[in-house]
Amino acid sequence: MADLTSTFLGITSPNPFWLASAPPTDKAYNVNRAFEAGWGGVVWKTLGEEGPPIVNVSGPRYSAIHSNDRRVIGFNNIELITDRPLQTNLEEIRQIKRDWPDRAVVVSVMLPMNEASWAKHLPMIEDTGADAFELNFGCPHGMSERGMGAAVGQVPEYIQMATEWAKTAASIPVIVKLTPNVASILPPARAAMDGGADAVSLINTINSIMRVNYDTLTMYPTTDGMGTHGGYCGEAVKPIALNMVAEIARTRETSSIPISGIGGVTDWRDAVDFLALGASNVQVCTAAMVYGFKIIDDLVDGLGTFLDDKGLELKDLIGHAVPSVTDWQHLNLNYVEKAVIDQDLCIKCGRCHIVCEETSHQAITHTVDGERHFEVIDDECVGCNLCVSICPVDSCITMKQTSDDAAEKLAWTAHPNNPMRNTE
Amino acid sequence: MRRTDGRETVVRVTSQQPDVRDHRLSRDEIEANFADLHAPLSRSEALIEADRCYFCFDAPCTQACPTDIDIPGFIQKIRSDNIRGSAQTILRENIMGGMCARVCPTEVLCEEACVRNTHEEKPVEIGLLQRYATDPIIEAGTQLFTRATSSNKRVAVVGGGPAGLSCAHRLATLGHEVVVFNRDDKLGGLNEYGIAAYKTVNDFAQTEVDYILSIEGIEVRNHCALGEDVSLDDLRSEFDAVFLGIGLSKANDLGIEGEDKDGVVNAIEYIANLRQTEDKTTLPIGKTVVVIGGGMTAIDIAVQSRLLGAEQVHMVYRRGPDKMTASAFEQALAQTSGVTIHHRAPPSRILGDEFVTGVEFKTDTGEFVLYADMVFKAIGQHTDGIEGLTLENGRIVVDDGQMTSLEGVWAGGDCVVGGDDLTVSAVQHGKLAAIDIDRRLREG
Repeated sequence: MADLTSTFLGITSPNPFWLASAPPTDKAYNVNRAFEAGWGGVVWKTLGEEGPPIVNVSGPRYSAIHSNDRRVIGFNNIELITDRPLQTNLEEIRQIKRDWPDRAVVVSVMLPMNEASWAKHLPMIEDTGADAFELNFGCPHGMSERGMGAAVGQVPEYIQMATEWAKTAASIPVIVKLTPNVASILPPARAAMDGGADAVSLINTINSIMRVNYDTLTMYPTTDGMGTHGGYCGEAVKPIALNMVAEIARTRETSSIPISGIGGVTDWRDAVDFLALGASNVQVCTAAMVYGFKIIDDLVDGLGTFLDDKGLELKDLIGHAVPSVTDWQHLNLNYVEKAVIDQDLCIKCGRCHIVCEETSHQAITHTVDGERHFEVIDDECVGCNLCVSICPVDSCITMKQTSDDAAEKLAWTAHPNNPMRNTE
Repeated sequence: MRRTDGRETVVRVTSQQPDVRDHRLSRDEIEANFADLHAPLSRSEALIEADRCYFCFDAPCTQACPTDIDIPGFIQKIRSDNIRGSAQTILRENIMGGMCARVCPTEVLCEEACVRNTHEEKPVEIGLLQRYATDPIIEAGTQLFTRATSSNKRVAVVGGGPAGLSCAHRLATLGHEVVVFNRDDKLGGLNEYGIAAYKTVNDFAQTEVDYILSIEGIEVRNHCALGEDVSLDDLRSEFDAVFLGIGLSKANDLGIEGEDKDGVVNAIEYIANLRQTEDKTTLPIGKTVVVIGGGMTAIDIAVQSRLLGAEQVHMVYRRGPDKMTASAFEQALAQTSGVTIHHRAPPSRILGDEFVTGVEFKTDTGEFVLYADMVFKAIGQHTDGIEGLTLENGRIVVDDGQMTSLEGVWAGGDCVVGGDDLTVSAVQHGKLAAIDIDRRLREG
């Protein structure tokens, strides 16, 4: 099988799968189990300043959106950074790094906007033998109210400032973890680069309220009757994360910074998504919190088998799909596809007809010659892909190109209907 | 051996005399045998199963349902825990949606039409989902219907079975006053007296009757048989309309030699007695039983004979398996219950002296005899004609609105042409008749 050895900022790990900074990496017990299971690295759960430990709520910290068979689709948490004493964490990190020299051990940190604190704590942490720092500028709940986490990550100037302090205090690499709770991911990414960051990791969790409690008509979940927004993650957030990763990877000013991809990675295909769209490795949390550490087996041999089938090495996959991402205005408006329904696979549920009829372009029949029959009316089909997306049978409806390959490409930038078109 | 009290015990000791007796099995064994055929779905099971529904356009399952239940609609409501809405979607088309969920041959109706069959050869469990949605509503007696403003019209419904009760309920919701004339001790018709016991445990038939009557506006007169206690002419003059849901009360005879011997029993009578017997260990059953017929009643008596402890049960049908009206599921149920099914074997003679000892069959390839301690006849029923009504093959002719050849008289259920001996069809007939009656009464 393909060699999955990963090198990120000079840190090698046997595979590109790290556990993200979160409850699974809170202490040596969990991390030992993760490494025994085969994880390539961990980002230790965020450490804060020395002093009285953080206090967490003892009511619900997590909640989930489920499918009807209770599969976790989205996940939310209001847990804060580590609530264990700094020294305990440092001793355990030191021991772990000693016991597992081939694995990546990165330490997440969150400190106040005060240079002295960075100057004091980073050398203490680095002394454990950790491989790198990850600066937590992302947590959207609790710590952000205290001027840390997302409160820093949402202001590019603060990101740059704190990154500079970290780079000054640290001799090991510094990764800046970005919050998705911003209008554009590019200014924060640029600020991290300007501050000297060696890499960025993204995304952290998304501001979220899961639902209300239908009995009490209060928000859900609550702590003693009151609740607060948490950070959203899990499979549901992957597309948001992929877009932000791709934005950084395809933008000239930010494309050179290494990316550690985070957000909903559950199986090896999710990892392919992140890697192909520009991440050099991936971090996982929710899937482990839903299924346990054993999922690393599928992540590793799924990715390895995929690379073998494609005849690629890991490094070839990284960024492979980035050139295919562009702005809408550059899409070829002369290219035409139409849906085709494979009548041998069609089970005649009629969903394609009704959604096309009621919500799109009236381009699919329901009756032909008196028989229940679903067929695309080419003249009406605009190639929207709605029927493909909702058909319950895999590969039953596909898109086929009908335009001529030789036809001239025409993007919006040059389209006659565009008053701002490029007339050169 | 024909009896009606169900308590008589017959023990034959000589080899000439059949081995027919009660208490073949213990009470515990009988209770286990007659437990619910299908366990109801738990909430988890129902949610997972509901998720399998594709919510088809112009759904084939709904097209296949004789009562036009919006099946994807009620399943969608199960998915969102909207049980009351789900039950209403079912019951507004089929007030006996609870019983139909238990007894419908779904494998030849909604579930046969399910597109999941094409996808993976496993349909959505529509029957069990329907039961999941309706059971809590019917058990709690949650009223989902209101009555329209009174029409000051009175309608007579003859027959307390599925057709009659369906008609009565719909008429009551439409604002009419209804009187149900019922021949038996209890309402429900074949739901109460005919359906196999393991399909409707815990007295569900009566729970459902109570739910139907809770709409109000339905007066019930039991022990009131048409032609004996009340005449059609009287009803026509006393009421604004009459609905006949009188079923097929007469069992067909075999028309062969020896049919009058003891031990030759009409299956519907035995089943009616079985359904009303609290302690089923007291029911006498033969050691070896031969059932003649190929329909649902034949299956029901064959299976229940086994459940009562009969050691060998043969079900013999005169034509091939493709002509059997019992569905493939029911045939399989019989076979897995230990019933041997024989095809293409018309009976030619009942053997024995005073008591039956066997049945002789004549086939294309010759004759054979099956030894029997009891013989059940399950070859269908017919109705006696009613004066003034046009019949066809012993069944009442009706139009699209279920109206008979007599002005002001409608009919539905097993007694009409097109009746297919299914509860669900009878419910639909009653519903259609009520709608037509309402239209006529308001026009007129």
